[in-house]
Amino acid sequence: MVTRTVVGARYGLKDWLAQRVTASIMAIYTLVMAVLLLGRDGGYEGWRALMANGAVRFFTFVFIVSLCYHAWVGVRDIWMDYVKPASMRLLLHVLTLLVLVGYAGWAVQIIWRL
Amino acid sequence: MAGSVKERPKHLNLFEIKQPLPAVMSILHRISGAGLFLMLPLLIWLFGLSLQSPESFEAFKATVAHPIVKLLLLGLLWAYLHHFCMGVRILLIDIHVGVEKAPARKSALAVLVVSLALTVILGAASW
Repeated sequence: MVTRTVVGARYGLKDWLAQRVTASIMAIYTLVMAVLLLGRDGGYEGWRALMANGAVRFFTFVFIVSLCYHAWVGVRDIWMDYVKPASMRLLLHVLTLLVLVGYAGWAVQIIWRL
Repeated sequence: MAGSVKERPKHLNLFEIKQPLPAVMSILHRISGAGLFLMLPLLIWLFGLSLQSPESFEAFKATVAHPIVKLLLLGLLWAYLHHFCMGVRILLIDIHVGVEKAPARKSALAVLVVSLALTVILGAASW
């Protein structure tokens, strides 16, 4: 009989794939932002104007969501590898999800206030 | 053959096995990812400080100028770059590029060298 733990390994490709997709999105965002930031004077106005730009804000939002999803898969893998008791694992999974959702909201309101 | 029974199980003490470079890079991928996750609040806080207002931007500049913060950010810069380079390597191996042992070892070395070199260059440029 196969025993399935609710906080055990998943039984599909979904998260594995999501980890790759979010990684690719973040990688492309990083490269584009690196180019946009290259050779700037480093003052406040230019930095603010860049982040307030509609397209940049859109992709920064996508980056933030990708980052949190990616971190969720990665951190969850760490808990699954090293934490064996199901109750402790469940607690850590929930805490990880909670902080990540909170971080996403926090980061998004920073760019949305611009 | 009688008398040549190998001892089982083999010991798998992580501290006694000589880890090949790809294994070390893989462990560093996990450590850098965990470090970035743990430091997310600091990074988001700094990001907000840099954008809120001209005054908070000055506060941001003063904060990142602090030697301890600078050192921490330099570490996080390495973590990001290592995680990035190793991530690209993993994606390439996923699509069957460089799966064989020799190229896999070469690309692991490339990850180590490129991420460290970029950390030095970007670190020096923003120091």
